[in-house]
Amino acid sequence: MNLTLLFQLAISGFLLGGVYSLIALGLSLIFGVMRVINFAHGEMMVWGMYVAYTILVWTGVDPFFSFLVSAIILFILGYLLQRTVVNRILDFPEAMQVLPLVGMAMVFENSARLIWGPDYISPQSRFALHSLSLGNIMIDTPRFMAFSLAIIITIIVLLFLKKTDMGKSIRAAADNRTGALLVGTDVNKVYAVCFGVGTACVGAAGGLLVPLMPLSPHIGAPFTLISFIIVILGGMGSLTGAMVGGLIIGVAESIGPELITNIFHGVGLDFDFPHTMKQVVSFFILIVIMILRPQGLFGGKKG
Amino acid sequence: MKKLYIFLLIALLFLLVLPKFLSSYVLGIFIMIFFYAYLGQSWNILTGYTGVISLGHSLYIGIGAYMTFLLTLTLGLSPWIGMWIGGIAAGLMGLVIGFFGFRFGLKGVYFVLLTIAFAEIGRLIILHLKVFGSFQGLFITPEFSFANFQFKENIPYYYIALGYVIFSLIVVQLLERSKIGRYLVALREEEDAAESLGVDVFKYKMIAIFISAFMTSLAGAFYTNYLYYLHPGTMMSMAFSIEIILRPIIGGMGTVLGPVIGSFLITPLAELSRIYFAKAGYEGLHLVIYGFLLVAVVLFFPRGVISYIKKALSRKQAEQK
Repeated sequence: MNLTLLFQLAISGFLLGGVYSLIALGLSLIFGVMRVINFAHGEMMVWGMYVAYTILVWTGVDPFFSFLVSAIILFILGYLLQRTVVNRILDFPEAMQVLPLVGMAMVFENSARLIWGPDYISPQSRFALHSLSLGNIMIDTPRFMAFSLAIIITIIVLLFLKKTDMGKSIRAAADNRTGALLVGTDVNKVYAVCFGVGTACVGAAGGLLVPLMPLSPHIGAPFTLISFIIVILGGMGSLTGAMVGGLIIGVAESIGPELITNIFHGVGLDFDFPHTMKQVVSFFILIVIMILRPQGLFGGKKG
Repeated sequence: MKKLYIFLLIALLFLLVLPKFLSSYVLGIFIMIFFYAYLGQSWNILTGYTGVISLGHSLYIGIGAYMTFLLTLTLGLSPWIGMWIGGIAAGLMGLVIGFFGFRFGLKGVYFVLLTIAFAEIGRLIILHLKVFGSFQGLFITPEFSFANFQFKENIPYYYIALGYVIFSLIVVQLLERSKIGRYLVALREEEDAAESLGVDVFKYKMIAIFISAFMTSLAGAFYTNYLYYLHPGTMMSMAFSIEIILRPIIGGMGTVLGPVIGSFLITPLAELSRIYFAKAGYEGLHLVIYGFLLVAVVLFFPRGVISYIKKALSRKQAEQK
């Protein structure tokens, strides 16, 4: 087994995992407060990617700055979505809540296709192909920047929840909806802002991902699934869980195929586990965690 | 009730003679109506009657299609026989998913995710198998004969698809009348109560998922031999699973006729709008409309179209009296 390669893969997976954490943070925040799963999460991320891409093409501003615009636009979209659709389904049986958001996922995916076309695009950003070297290990500069920015955004979101009045109202509404109503909180507004913050996280993450991977309207669904897996792994509604889960899944997806190929070869099977099947690793983790510890790593009480 | 049966009989006779008067193109639309009505009905057996939502039914149709193809390729087995073997394979897969889901008490969103996870793993595995053409997909050169399930004209497909729908209606009707069906409805409405009355919830849910997966997979043989092209990216995708569930939801989940009504309403609209928008250069617009439709139906008509038809009919009866 080639340890340097494995370590290299682990680092690159860890860095991507930081962005995964940010995506999952948005999903977890929404779930923690409204008990609703945003099935359109990945598709909304793709919108964030396209916004950053459009800005890059029109003005030349790098996605590492324009992700802020993606976040703002996605905040507005999320706010409106909560007001029009999500707010009406809060009291539905859990299973029926899935369907309208699956419908919205189709709307986001295919409207992106109508606006930006169906083809894959790989925009050239300024930092592409740069890398830092640490001994034998090469670190991709865009990846490292995306990781650092994702961590900074995560900290800002956590500070927002801890320190501002709105953030406190959001946490209050998450803990006890009736109680929040009784002390005069405008719960509907709090919910809409919370949904907006959740989708702003995923919008920002989309912007950060533009330099890292080719984009097309149809890449959203795998991200929706990945973020579910992270949130379930970390524990539904646990923000720490989302962050740790994101890093774990990032590393697992990166080194999983290589490890499994090595195991196959070790037992004498001439079969390579292709990297395009890396999602199988995460799905496997999902199934195992749902069966062994459905409340997730950090989801203690509610389950 | 008698009136309903008479109506259905007339409708059936009408559908039996219809191909005489229709062009091959319109027949194609009817074939798709029947195809999706059958799939919707198969999904309905699980979700409509037990309340657990599956968003991974494309897995079963994939298993059916590829199993049937593989048996023809390796053993020269006719699809008419292979489809039952594929059905059993899919049913067993359903039992595996059901075992994980029901034994470990995964409910609501968790069960949805479990079905998606299995379907995605299945899709990715088939996508990487050389036998199935991996990324290019699989083109099938038809040899027309009844034994091969391959026909030159649309008319045989029309009757076979109609046969599928009638088969599914009979199965669901029998199920609804049987003890199993009543237990299923009971545990959908109030699972804890049903369990405390001694209904073996696990067993009946397993039966439901087996029948549902089995029936869904039978449509795989039809799909293969009607389109002559298999690709996991279209047939085993989540988008296809959504296609499957859209019609029973719009028609009315948990009813015998809901999926059929849903398919008669949506499929022609879907086929025509898809072609029309693609011609006009708006590929994908029909899916945007689907999405909004799904939102609107769940928000405003959660019981489906059939509940309105029933209401209208009962009002009419009351007026006659």
